Amino acid sequence: MNKIVVVDYGMGNLRSVAQALRHVAPEADVRISGDVDVIAAADRLVLPGQGAIPDCMRCLRESGLQQALLDAVRTKPLLGVCVGEQLLFDWSEEGDTPGLGLLPGKVVKFQLDGQLQEDGSRFKVPQMGWNRVRQAMSHPLWEGIPDQTYFYFVHSYYAQPDNAAHIAGETLYGAPFACAVARDNIFATQFHPEKSASAGLQLYKNFVHWNP
Amino acid sequence: MTLAKRIIPCLDVTAGRVVKGINFLELRDAGDPVEIAQRYDDQGADEITFLDITATSDARDLILHIIEAVASKVFIPLTVGGGVRVVEDVRRLLNAGADKVSINSSAISNPQLVFDAAHKYGSQCIVVAIDAKRTGDNKWEVFTHGGRKPTGLDVIEWARKMAEFGAGELLLTSMDRDGTRSGFDLALTAAVSDAVNIPVVASGGVGGLQDLVDGIRIGKADAVLAASIFHYGHHTIAEAKQFMAAQQIPMRLS
Repeated sequence: MNKIVVVDYGMGNLRSVAQALRHVAPEADVRISGDVDVIAAADRLVLPGQGAIPDCMRCLRESGLQQALLDAVRTKPLLGVCVGEQLLFDWSEEGDTPGLGLLPGKVVKFQLDGQLQEDGSRFKVPQMGWNRVRQAMSHPLWEGIPDQTYFYFVHSYYAQPDNAAHIAGETLYGAPFACAVARDNIFATQFHPEKSASAGLQLYKNFVHWNP
Repeated sequence: MTLAKRIIPCLDVTAGRVVKGINFLELRDAGDPVEIAQRYDDQGADEITFLDITATSDARDLILHIIEAVASKVFIPLTVGGGVRVVEDVRRLLNAGADKVSINSSAISNPQLVFDAAHKYGSQCIVVAIDAKRTGDNKWEVFTHGGRKPTGLDVIEWARKMAEFGAGELLLTSMDRDGTRSGFDLALTAAVSDAVNIPVVASGGVGGLQDLVDGIRIGKADAVLAASIFHYGHHTIAEAKQFMAAQQIPMRLS
């Protein structure tokens, strides 16, 4: 059986991620867990995250899951979501926080003061709502999802990968930024697929069947 | 390519059911929250807001079950407001499946609640609801208790303070327009939207589709919230989105 673990390190709402996974893969064994052994036995992992990145990193360290996660990600498919995407990078400007270092690059805050959107309204931070995603590479996780599909975002910080080859998707908010990144068995999104209606469910479905 | 403006249907919930009032007097059962939420999701709603209008704490816990049930079937953002008094209320609603929690009266009696909740769970899930009443030319005061109780607070100053305290969004309701179907208070909406750097949801007074357009275009709102035009079947959300898109407002059309 496909054992999928939503990594619980004490941050954020994991229920909606688990529910989306159960919805698209009723046959899978979907668990929310912060147990090192359960993570080691999983076939694939989802790393969510909400709130401030310094708190997320602290919880990861204190729960003892940081090393378990680094070990698991050597072999298992991993989907990072929102702050779970940002955590994968080397460093975040938010609280001057070192990340997991699985992807080279940093996380920075939107600097959009004084800039106006196409319709003349000002940019707000957080970016909150539905924005289009341009698929920057073909990838099994984009299967069945049209290019330029809307996904739901809510964030004030975003990742800047050092390596452009890691950018799987881009979104325009003031300037284009990487909203999805991929490397080997890792895929991660700044947007929330579990809140992005049918397109987001399709992405989870693709992840459940992904064999990198 | 740009961030879409949002349409948010608002559901009043009490004792486990969605209710609707006629001119805010007679509450009628309007159906099962999960079914209604699914219908709005199918029509392309960008989010759904649930307002718990329950007066007793016994019935209040039911909203948690409703949110759990809706969140297992509807995969778009859910906001819940009404009766949020302590940080623990925020935690329970988020754990039940809410994505955002809206704080209204308690923000006024205890602004620290907004600060604490935003720092604990992140600004992205903390909405401050402001009920505003016009008191003069381009002057509005914050009211509570459905517009009955003045607070002495200036709406613009209060909006700025709540943004500083960590609110991630403001839900701004004109008490003068609420229920009148005469359109948003556009001057109020624009004044608040210009004053803060966080998204503003316009609410109160929608009578037709052009009101939604005006709320975005003239009121500079990031999202528009409406109840009756969708509940009573005057318009579907899909119709509203088509209408707005035809006037060059960026909308997510499905």
